[in-house]
Amino acid sequence: MDSGPDGAETNAHEPAGQMIAVSLWRGQGSSGGLVRYDVPARDNQTILDIVTHIQRNIDSTLSYRFACRVGMCGSCAMTVNGVPRWTCRTHSGQFTKNGRLTVEPLRNMPIIKDLVADMAPFFDKWQKAEGRFQGKDSRTDDVEPVRPDSPERQTADAGIECINCAICYAACDVVAWNPDYLGPAALNRAWTLMNDIRDTAGGERLRAVSAGDGCHNCHSHQSCMTFCPNDLNPTAAIAGLKRMAVRAVLKGEL
Amino acid sequence: MLDARLFLLQRATAIVMAPLVLIHLAVIIFAVRGGFDAAEILSRTRGSWVWGGFYSLFVIAASVHAAIGLRTIGFETFGGSRRTLDVVTIAVAAVLALLGLRAVFAVVAS
Repeated sequence: MDSGPDGAETNAHEPAGQMIAVSLWRGQGSSGGLVRYDVPARDNQTILDIVTHIQRNIDSTLSYRFACRVGMCGSCAMTVNGVPRWTCRTHSGQFTKNGRLTVEPLRNMPIIKDLVADMAPFFDKWQKAEGRFQGKDSRTDDVEPVRPDSPERQTADAGIECINCAICYAACDVVAWNPDYLGPAALNRAWTLMNDIRDTAGGERLRAVSAGDGCHNCHSHQSCMTFCPNDLNPTAAIAGLKRMAVRAVLKGEL
Repeated sequence: MLDARLFLLQRATAIVMAPLVLIHLAVIIFAVRGGFDAAEILSRTRGSWVWGGFYSLFVIAASVHAAIGLRTIGFETFGGSRRTLDVVTIAVAAVLALLGLRAVFAVVAS
């Protein structure tokens, strides 16, 4: 990479004249639409690079969200050609079709502006699903031993790497049909806590996740699992919660 | 919209219906291949508490199962309040049970 006269990076290997027609969703709230920008096609560029190019070189009023740029934080998640993706980990060559690309904000959440979705409802549901660890020990107690090879810990470990990027939430059709549905991320978080032997709020949490807008509304479409960039399986976590709740009902505990 | 109890009720009625559907299909195939006419079928069902009990259980399980399924489809398609959903669910179950039990009564007790 070299630095151009305006400070923007230029690629010495950029094929002369090749452009990508990028349609970005522009607007505020629910009003807006796709706006086309022509961006130079480069050998190696991510969707985030393309959005950044537009913001820095074509229209500085474009709003979008990113932080780490290396697939650690999840804040750059957007809808690329109809599919929820981390834009920093999506090579433009994967999705550009006939020189065209469409980038929109994540669905199932209100739009603040342009490509920025309001994630408040997503995080509110973590609270609603009792996604907070509640231990019984204080800082003066000894650390409780947790066996890494115990079935509970291994079950919790299977879902613990969620970074709250909301890709699964945007991919979930049930959330689209029922905006109050807790969604895969919050339920996956609840399932990891239900398998944490140090946690003491299991009963309260099971009531929260098995209420009217909880885990039993999942149709097991598995879009969450299909699109999770961390290869997690929230569908399996939700199935675990369903089983746990049904057992509790049969025992008269719920 | 679908809590643990409704979920359990729908699964339980599915478990009840699974063998009943297989028996029902077997009876249909047996009756058709055996060349039974309506009079011959009615002569076997009239006064039969076994067939009456079998199909009454089938109708009740199907009514509950279908009403909960339609509740989900209806809400995800049209939305609606919980109270509306409850009323529609109970009404659908009642209508299906009424129509089904009326048919069972017709072939067993009339």
